[in-house]
Amino acid sequence: MSYGLLILGMALLTFIPRYIPFALAGRISIPLWLSKALHFVPTAVLTCIIVKSTLVQDGEIFIAFQNHYLIAAIAAFITSLVSRNLLLTVLVGLVCFGVLKWI
Amino acid sequence: MRQTLSFTPSAKSEFLAGARHTTPLIIAATPFAVIYGALAIANGIPEWVIMAMSIFVFAGASQFIAVALIASGTPFAVIVLTVFVVNLRHLLYSASLMPQLAHVPRLLRVPMAFWMTDETFAIIKHRQTGDNDQAGFIPYYLGSALFMYSNWFFFSWVGMAMGQSIPDIANWGLDVAMVVAFVGIVVPALQRRADWACAFTAAISICLTHDWPHQTGLLFSSLLAIGVAMVIEYLQREVVK
Repeated sequence: MSYGLLILGMALLTFIPRYIPFALAGRISIPLWLSKALHFVPTAVLTCIIVKSTLVQDGEIFIAFQNHYLIAAIAAFITSLVSRNLLLTVLVGLVCFGVLKWI
Repeated sequence: MRQTLSFTPSAKSEFLAGARHTTPLIIAATPFAVIYGALAIANGIPEWVIMAMSIFVFAGASQFIAVALIASGTPFAVIVLTVFVVNLRHLLYSASLMPQLAHVPRLLRVPMAFWMTDETFAIIKHRQTGDNDQAGFIPYYLGSALFMYSNWFFFSWVGMAMGQSIPDIANWGLDVAMVVAFVGIVVPALQRRADWACAFTAAISICLTHDWPHQTGLLFSSLLAIGVAMVIEYLQREVVK
């Protein structure tokens, strides 16, 4: 397979899961239990991505002060709990990571 | 009420609001795009392939996985399948927007679906909880998505250029920006006991399943967390009764 086909295949298989519910919206109605379940999607998926990217380093779970991703994520967590401000949370997390990395 | 696509002043302000509200997430996604470009160049992937992925695939996780798999000599068919599994979470995202989408013109749904990302989804969900009006949904979505899209391919290109002059940049850990941005999205959504149960279950489960192949652990953990959250919510309602 050439690179052109690879990109075509990736583009299609990325697009299809994004598009199916868009195509169906308005034609079928979602049952109540399903819409309740979908309310939890962002929390569930994003938490998985957060925890996987912070705790798992080089394929191993790494809980230590030396894990700068973990410390930055904890700083961001506390900032967000207190402030509920997304921009501030991002900035505190980044500054925390930067300081730990370069000291 | 059906909405029109005429460019009313309120549509314009919704478009700008969508872009503005996505800004913190775009700040966070920018280093991610730079690393993608730099990493791809470092792995000897042709420049046109790197840019074509950012333009036609437009999915951060998929593009990173593609780079890693191309670098390790994986057959292209396996890469394509892996990308499919990784992107199944977008199916959940789109599904949870279905009530809003019912009023969107069919043709417009194609580009809107293409531009669905973790970032735009998170911002759109934020808006929904804030207010219930339907009219602003499309311009708001487009404002968020187009800003995200243009930023993504521009900084993939920047990363490609930087990767050629600073080969080490891919190891700086710039991807931490995405992590802290997602923290800032999830925490304000933790309002009811079921939300906390959902996050807690997801966290524990992904630790136990992180080594499952092709992000299947992520899908499994997400579904498990949603299931647990629903049980908690159901039990609480029984108690209230």
